Amino acid sequence: MDIGLGHYLTVAACLFTLGIFGIFLNRKNVIVILMSVELMLLAVNINLVSFSSYLGNLTGQVFALFVLTVAAAEAAIGLAIVVVYFRNRGTIAVEDINMMKG
Amino acid sequence: MSALAVYAPLLPELILALGAMALLMLGVFRPEAQEEAGRIMWLAVAVLLASGFAVLQGAGKQQLFDGAFVIDSFGRFMKIVVLVAAAGALVLSFDEMSERKALKFEYPVLVLLAATGMMMMVSANNLISLYLGLELQSLALYVVAAIRRDSTRSSEAGLKYFVLGALSSGMLLYGASLLYGFAGATSFEAIAAAARSPGAGQDLLLVFGLVFLLVGIAFKISAVPFHMWTPDVYEGAPTPVTAFFASAPKVAAMALFIRIVISMFAGVQPQWQQIVVFLAIASMLLGAFAAIRQTNIKRLMAYSSIANMGYALVGLAAGTVEGVQGVLLYMAIYVVMTLGAFAVILAMRRDGTAIEDISELAGLSKTNLPMAFAMAMFMFSLAGIPPLAGFFAKLYVFMAAIKAELYTLAVIGVLASVVGAYYYLRIVKLMFFDEAGQPFEPTLPKERAVQWVAMVLVIAFVLPIISAPLVEAAAAAARTLF
Repeated sequence: MDIGLGHYLTVAACLFTLGIFGIFLNRKNVIVILMSVELMLLAVNINLVSFSSYLGNLTGQVFALFVLTVAAAEAAIGLAIVVVYFRNRGTIAVEDINMMKG
Repeated sequence: MSALAVYAPLLPELILALGAMALLMLGVFRPEAQEEAGRIMWLAVAVLLASGFAVLQGAGKQQLFDGAFVIDSFGRFMKIVVLVAAAGALVLSFDEMSERKALKFEYPVLVLLAATGMMMMVSANNLISLYLGLELQSLALYVVAAIRRDSTRSSEAGLKYFVLGALSSGMLLYGASLLYGFAGATSFEAIAAAARSPGAGQDLLLVFGLVFLLVGIAFKISAVPFHMWTPDVYEGAPTPVTAFFASAPKVAAMALFIRIVISMFAGVQPQWQQIVVFLAIASMLLGAFAAIRQTNIKRLMAYSSIANMGYALVGLAAGTVEGVQGVLLYMAIYVVMTLGAFAVILAMRRDGTAIEDISELAGLSKTNLPMAFAMAMFMFSLAGIPPLAGFFAKLYVFMAAIKAELYTLAVIGVLASVVGAYYYLRIVKLMFFDEAGQPFEPTLPKERAVQWVAMVLVIAFVLPIISAPLVEAAAAAARTLF
């Protein structure tokens, strides 16, 4: 059986969905949310690279490199904010992030 | 033409980016003192104004970087609004932060970087530059929300903003990747051309790409049902930061929204129109009803901004020149009203602590009549009562919707603004007809200046001398997109 564009897109869609569910269903730890965000961005990269290879067009791979760079910056800032939060509250459990509601 | 002259149209962005880096250096190498941070704050305002001046020098339409970056009069209009909003928010921050001895030089630098990102969003004409501009803005904003490092609420606001912002960026990016697969290119023109081909409206890649892209942007303008972060972030972030969040980023994201649907998805208007109509109706209704039971004025302003984004989307839903013109005017007026209202909220201070309860405004007219009058004008304007600016803003978007035969949308919009008037007028009633509580501290000069300037603009908009140039500029800007 040949592995075509459709297979890659399916894998990416599955990873992306896992990422979204990871953010919303996770009740434990903020770090898991950061991992889920990363998973979403990687799913997008699979999409971009497989389209790029399928279309024979390099733009998608350039885009994927930019996404990787931004994802690194985003993870750094996310972790920094988590550290600041931990210093204030002494916890990063998701159910404790509830100072404000309404 | 020399190599450097090619980049001349990029001058406003270059001023912002280089200015941010220069101020960062200044902040790092000078001793960490409050006066130093204050000086950097003023320099940042000067950089924003210089960039705005450079924007005004531009004319015509230019494209740079292989068409990834476009400069046209639509972009110029939105950039001016963004820069004015950012400068206003910085001026507002000054008093509050120096009062708390919490002036940090990082804050104006981050605001400048966020403004650079917003300028890139406004000018983006390619999915890659769109994403990079959006992320430059968002990454700076996440940090700004958590700028008060020792405050639990501020860091929680930063954390919530980060998680939902990252989620929305992911959605937007997934949509962008599908659109790339659909068109085989990332430039808006190429996607627009592919979307115009017959049968494109049924293409799953296009439809899913469109939906994901619009969901990502709807998060950024906090349109319902993607608004859940807004009240929490607005309440938790320091008030000057909230004033900034409620003004400039909304304008930039709305500019992006307009450019995407009008120039990229012109060929599939029925598909995006139903999404925009849904977002508009949901935002207007939720903004109106959820604000009624709020007791914290920053949360109230959050719901008010959600509702206002709904009204602005009414104009966009029309998808015509008048509609876009209405949205541009709406955003410009919205920024003035919001900054004015936040100037009043920032001045609610007693014994050095900020007061956020709406009930504390009771009897303000007896203790501080000018402030009560200014707040009343902003509330009347937000409620859309003639002859104030907010009325004309709503008039333009609703007229455009009626001309485009979106009668249901316009009727729901008018009904929602009646409900909205209830909570705006309740504040006026509190200030003028209730028993006076303890007076606030005297208003600080910069806050008072912003209150007065915003109030004069809100009242004087009825004069053609003020409104005609703005209306003309918005019309010219809207025409460049069609």
